[in-house]
Amino acid sequence: MKQLWDLFAVFFKIGLFTFGGGYAMLPLLQDELVRRRRWATDEELMDYYSIGQCTPGIIAINVATFIGCKQKGKLGGGISTLGMVMPSLIIIMLAASVLERYMHNPYLGYAFAGIRIAVTALILDTLIGLWKKGIEDKKGIVIFLCCALLLLFFNLSAVWIVLLAALSGLACRFCPLRFKRKDGEK
Amino acid sequence: MIYLVLFFEFFKIGLFAIGGGLVTVPFLFDLAEVYPWFDAKDLADMIAVSESTPGPLGVNMATYSGFRAAGVAGALAATFGLVLPSVVVIMMLSKLLKKFRDNPMVCSVLYGIRPAVIALILFAGAEVAKLAVTDWETAGLFVVFFAAIHFYKRSPIFYIIVSAALGIALKLGQ
Repeated sequence: MKQLWDLFAVFFKIGLFTFGGGYAMLPLLQDELVRRRRWATDEELMDYYSIGQCTPGIIAINVATFIGCKQKGKLGGGISTLGMVMPSLIIIMLAASVLERYMHNPYLGYAFAGIRIAVTALILDTLIGLWKKGIEDKKGIVIFLCCALLLLFFNLSAVWIVLLAALSGLACRFCPLRFKRKDGEK
Repeated sequence: MIYLVLFFEFFKIGLFAIGGGLVTVPFLFDLAEVYPWFDAKDLADMIAVSESTPGPLGVNMATYSGFRAAGVAGALAATFGLVLPSVVVIMMLSKLLKKFRDNPMVCSVLYGIRPAVIALILFAGAEVAKLAVTDWETAGLFVVFFAAIHFYKRSPIFYIIVSAALGIALKLGQ
């Protein structure tokens, strides 16, 4: 029971401080789940993001469900998702009914211009941490560069990027390159 | 029964919108054409509000649309519809992943997709950066924030609150 409440509270907190899409949430997840509570590792977080990228639904919810399921099974997954959507439900309903006319307030714009800077810096810092753990060797760097080029020049959808990367991961481990190296050793 | 319609429409969006919250937007424009709940112009305002309120963008959009269409119960129906496909699919996958984590095929797939997810995060970050860093003042603040985050490692929430206060104090983005 205590653990379920913890799951709800953590995701409520993360939902409350996520501004933007699922990626803006990543630094918060890493801080709360990996660094403070050790509910997941950086590697698992990356796996959840990439799987969440090619399964139905928005990434934020997919990742919340994943972590919840890992901690406390199906019930945990449901509770985490509930925690994640609760701040949206409360705040959007307030914004829609009461605050709509304040939404054009210039101070809100100033605050968001500031928040965007912090979010950019937080994402960059998180990336540096993930780089060391997500890219194991030179082949990993090649996969990263290929994905970056595909994104940059072909604007390929994230689903295709992840699927192609999965195939190259399989190819790296099971391809004839390995036999070549063995031949060389002879 | 408008609640059932809302639930069903957002269930469809949850099932077919694959990826981040912004991918739900084209689906919402389709809804605006079919139903009298909101029009394309309302939708532009709704996106702006969803982007500048806490919570993942996709959830905010669903809650807002549901609320516009049918009040509190509508908001609940739309949000529940949106998250249901995710929750069901991930629950099944989570079990599979637990079982096959040490399988060499699964390991090599994960080995391949981790660099890809780093590239995807980099691009998402670059999109936010384009909006955030617009002049020398914001560039300077970005460097200061990055240094503080990197060397002091306080909670992200702390930096988000400080940055909001600084934004107001300096009247950023005027």
